Amino acid sequence: MNDRTVRVLLGAAAALLAGMPFMPQWLMFLITLALAKGLVVLGLVLLMRTGLVSFGQGLYYCLGAYAAALLDQAAGIHDAAAMLLAALLVPAVVAVILGFLLASYRGIFFAMLSLAFSMIVFGLLIKTTALGSSDGFNVATRSIFGIAIAGGYKGHVFLAATVILSVIAGAALHRYLNSHRGRLAAAIRDNELRVEYLGASVRNIVHLNYVIAAALGGIGGGLTALAVGHIDPDMAYWTTSGEFVFVAVLSGTGNVLAPFFGSVIFEAIRTLANQYAPNIWQMTLGLAMLAIIMFLPNGLWSLFKRRARAA
Amino acid sequence: MTDLLAVVIDGIIYSSWLFIMATGLTLIYGVMKILNIAHGSLYALGAYLSATLVGWWLGGGHDPYGSYAMLALAALFVGLVMGPLLERGLLRLMYGRDEVVLLLITYAVFLILEDVIKLVWGVDSLYVSQPYELLGNFDIGELSYPVYNFVLVGAAIVTGVAIAWTLNATRHGKMLLAVIHDREISGAMGISVDRVYLVTFTAGTLLAAIGGAVTAPTLAVSAGMGVEVIVLSFAVVVIGGLGSLGGAALGALIVGMVRSVAVHYWPAVELFSVYSVMAMVLIARPKGLFSTPEARRI
Repeated sequence: MNDRTVRVLLGAAAALLAGMPFMPQWLMFLITLALAKGLVVLGLVLLMRTGLVSFGQGLYYCLGAYAAALLDQAAGIHDAAAMLLAALLVPAVVAVILGFLLASYRGIFFAMLSLAFSMIVFGLLIKTTALGSSDGFNVATRSIFGIAIAGGYKGHVFLAATVILSVIAGAALHRYLNSHRGRLAAAIRDNELRVEYLGASVRNIVHLNYVIAAALGGIGGGLTALAVGHIDPDMAYWTTSGEFVFVAVLSGTGNVLAPFFGSVIFEAIRTLANQYAPNIWQMTLGLAMLAIIMFLPNGLWSLFKRRARAA
Repeated sequence: MTDLLAVVIDGIIYSSWLFIMATGLTLIYGVMKILNIAHGSLYALGAYLSATLVGWWLGGGHDPYGSYAMLALAALFVGLVMGPLLERGLLRLMYGRDEVVLLLITYAVFLILEDVIKLVWGVDSLYVSQPYELLGNFDIGELSYPVYNFVLVGAAIVTGVAIAWTLNATRHGKMLLAVIHDREISGAMGISVDRVYLVTFTAGTLLAAIGGAVTAPTLAVSAGMGVEVIVLSFAVVVIGGLGSLGGAALGALIVGMVRSVAVHYWPAVELFSVYSVMAMVLIARPKGLFSTPEARRI
């Protein structure tokens, strides 16, 4: 079972990379965006496994994007690799600090405090004229690892980078979830007190998982910033965070593949709906969410599991 | 001096509106443990229906003072239709699930209602400022305020007193407090918990719709108006302590004043200041300022 997840991950990535030359621009863009957001959702899935729902994951998505973009704007570094590194580190450092506070919150209060933090950042960014206020600003990428990117191939490079990072993050998180420490997440969700009695520190594990989730959110934000070429404060608004929670619920938390799968489906439906039924897009989402909560409490992923068991 | 007075009066007016919104939210949370994201959509629904009814009333050439009756009618209609519809049709099936799952369910309702509003009313803004201007202005020193604003303050006070009185001095209120205290025992003692839930959710919905109805004349009723209101009311109830009526009042006053000070002296930090206060309160008192033991919560 362990190996299969990694195999599927590698297989899907290889298929995507091999298919890249044949994809139209819009499809590459869609997959890049879906996987980038899938990374954010992957972080949420880790938190959900620990029994926590963050209604403010947009904070790290936004921080990652701004960190990457500011490297370009303020420091004049246009290298994608450096920008992504910034997108990973800045949110992680912020999460280490905020984690000291948040690690002792549970349930609705965790959701609300993380919401408050993301809204603070939103409130700051929207009024900071130096950072473009509510309009945000553009991001330019010229090279990756020092190698210049030819104009027509940006889409290819970003997709490849996103796929590779998704595989690394997915495989690493899969390993982590099956490790000793990772398995404690579910134990904390079920009964915190018993975990403490067993001698593990609930606080430390929650804190660690929070930082991992933030780092994943940051990379997702960084990749989005590069691929879209533009960022704005809405990335930290609560509806963005709500969308991530939505995709996490849609996907289910059973496997690290689920968030990527769910995210691709979500983006595909969104693109279709924007084209054909822009007026009832949110309604469709809401109804889908209700249906999933009622009939598939473990997300779309449980469909695969059931089939695997039947076979 | 005039400056300070303006800050305080603006703060009180804003707080009143926040209080009406927040009591509904805190009432539902206190009894049902549901943090209702759809509250903002119900508010928007109240505002839209008010705008439509007032427009229809004035368009028919009726007595302009009747528009206040239209506001009340709109709020009542939204409250009495949407409340039971959501509670009986959806939430009832979900009781016993995790608080966070219930939060997600109301989020789904919010998404659905946002589009329902767009489908019914379109995306153009509605303006019905007549009820706002009708009562004339009231001068305080050099400042001039529409009398309507003070009606709003009065409405908030009446709402607060009415809820407090119902809870503490009537039989049904005491039954409701008993359900908050212990749902199972109350059921065993013969209280219909089902009905208490239905009434609570309807009352909460009604309060959201009233919030929308009284706001409709003061601004452009437009798509997405509920989105910001949701997090703002969350801030209020979280600051005060979820499920506490006094907390909602205090939270509304704090948020209203903080925002008013920010708007007057340093507009750039308006949003930032409100959520900073929310975060600081949560950090200092994780369950809000009025976090008394469970039993005392409304």
